[in-house]
Amino acid sequence: MTTPLIECRHLDKWYSGVHALKDVSLTIRPGEVVGLVGDNGAGKSTLIKILSGVHEPDKGQILMGGAPVRLRNPKDAMRAGIETIYQYNSMVPTMSIARNLFIGREPLKASVFGFGLLDQERMRQESVQAIADVDLHLRSPDALVGELSGGQRQGVAIARAMHFKSKLLILDEPTNHLSVKETDKVIGFVKGLKDQGLTGIFISHNMQHVFQSCDRVVAMARGEIVFDHPVTETTLEDVHEHL
Amino acid sequence: MPTTSSQQTSDVAQASASPGRTRAPHATKRLLKIYLEKPELAGIVLLVVLIAIFEWRSDGVFLSTENFRGVLGILPEVALVATGVTLLMICGEFDLSVGSVFALMPMTAAIVMSNGLPFWPAVLLGLVVCAAIGLVNAVVTIRFGIPSFIATLGMLFMARSLTVVVSGGFPPLLPDEIPSWIFTQFIGPGQLFRMSFLWFIGIAAIVSALLSLTNFGNWVKATGGFLDAATSMGIPVVWVKTTCFVICSVLAGFAGLIQVLRLGSPLPSIGIGLELQAVAAAVIGGAALTGGIGTIFGAIVGALLIRVIDNGLVLSQVDANWFQFAIGALTILAVVANAWLRRMGRRIRVGV
Repeated sequence: MTTPLIECRHLDKWYSGVHALKDVSLTIRPGEVVGLVGDNGAGKSTLIKILSGVHEPDKGQILMGGAPVRLRNPKDAMRAGIETIYQYNSMVPTMSIARNLFIGREPLKASVFGFGLLDQERMRQESVQAIADVDLHLRSPDALVGELSGGQRQGVAIARAMHFKSKLLILDEPTNHLSVKETDKVIGFVKGLKDQGLTGIFISHNMQHVFQSCDRVVAMARGEIVFDHPVTETTLEDVHEHL
Repeated sequence: MPTTSSQQTSDVAQASASPGRTRAPHATKRLLKIYLEKPELAGIVLLVVLIAIFEWRSDGVFLSTENFRGVLGILPEVALVATGVTLLMICGEFDLSVGSVFALMPMTAAIVMSNGLPFWPAVLLGLVVCAAIGLVNAVVTIRFGIPSFIATLGMLFMARSLTVVVSGGFPPLLPDEIPSWIFTQFIGPGQLFRMSFLWFIGIAAIVSALLSLTNFGNWVKATGGFLDAATSMGIPVVWVKTTCFVICSVLAGFAGLIQVLRLGSPLPSIGIGLELQAVAAAVIGGAALTGGIGTIFGAIVGALLIRVIDNGLVLSQVDANWFQFAIGALTILAVVANAWLRRMGRRIRVGV
């Protein structure tokens, strides 16, 4: 068996007295797309926040490629190759596509202590390329993200993750607030992850979407993982029974 | 964003690449869209219109060298404050304390000078005081999670009070030997500018470049445009906001110093109401209270508009008490016009 891309070992998390995550262990192999389902308050978001560096676990360990890592903030997680796409909060609507693609990771022509001149030409060129890579057709990298539809925005977010060669892409309910047509587009992006050599965690309320696009279903309830099977060996009803 | 020229070229390339469209209308449409969406457009239009009206009403006195020398001589003071306030507004925060800091900085510098400290160290000390106030504004706003409107409203009163207290009721005289010519000397063709104008242009250019050409500027816009996105992309938002608060305070204090050197005496009452003029300038120039949108150039246009109205009303022999009415009406007009222009721009689809 290949080395797992990421491994969570016995994670625990309390929020002011609430035991949000109870001894959660989860292993994800490279190239897998895992669907994470569960009710509100089941612990999905907590687990995702730990993996994306927003929170640190109170107990437990995270390993990437077999080596323990500490994800103290989103930057740490991004450096480790974990990129998270939230339902709507990963793009700044008042900024252009090119600028959004490089927020926090801007290519610089010259810099002192991490500050410096933006390489705007490179930002523009690379964003055109990155967007074309996910089969999204946008004319200009200078268009404001606020002018894009919800599905296009998620497309740009996915293009961003791919451009930075992320290893693990976490999609946190990326289809909320989207029309049916836009949702299909995003599901298409998720299906395409594997071809791009990415591993993914896809969080959704919609079991259909998970079965359409993932290799494995992991269900959480009351802060624990209660179900973990490949989609080919299970059914919708099966998962529902465990929630 | 100074991307217009390259947008044009890429546009031409695209237009020629798509044979279905004729080249010229597409390029024109895109240019129109770009300009309609520029936040400072309404301010520029208003400025041109007002200058034309005042020039006509004053029988040509308004644009005379003597008169414009007066307008440009005072401009740097309000424009520097507006520059800082705009930077902070783009970052998604707000500073009402700038008018008080405007008075406190030169008062501090004057007092330490009258106690024997040389000019430049005194100025430096004054600016450090401003930076400290900006830092307090930032800490109170961010650490305690209260709106910067409230935090800096408190600072408005505190800094003003401090100014009066340290002045002891009798403002100190500025020493004779200080090099105030560095800020007040008239220069340029027809002695049109004061030296302060050069300082202001230099600083505004630096802040503007900071915003549009550096990664820091990208972080400022992201922080103000959508805080959650900026945080999740790993931008040090607390640090970015704090820096903007400090820059805003320091610029306000520096502007106060320029005014005091021009007037020759540090009065504790200068800058009252200036914070609102600065916000008006920023807003006329297209900055949004919600953050993320605005330009330094727009703020300068806004500040110039305020100076032009002040001066133009006098020349047109309108009762000077209409000044505030005019500023207020213009602020509202500019914002409404801006929103309308942006909607027009949005409606022009150039195949995004």
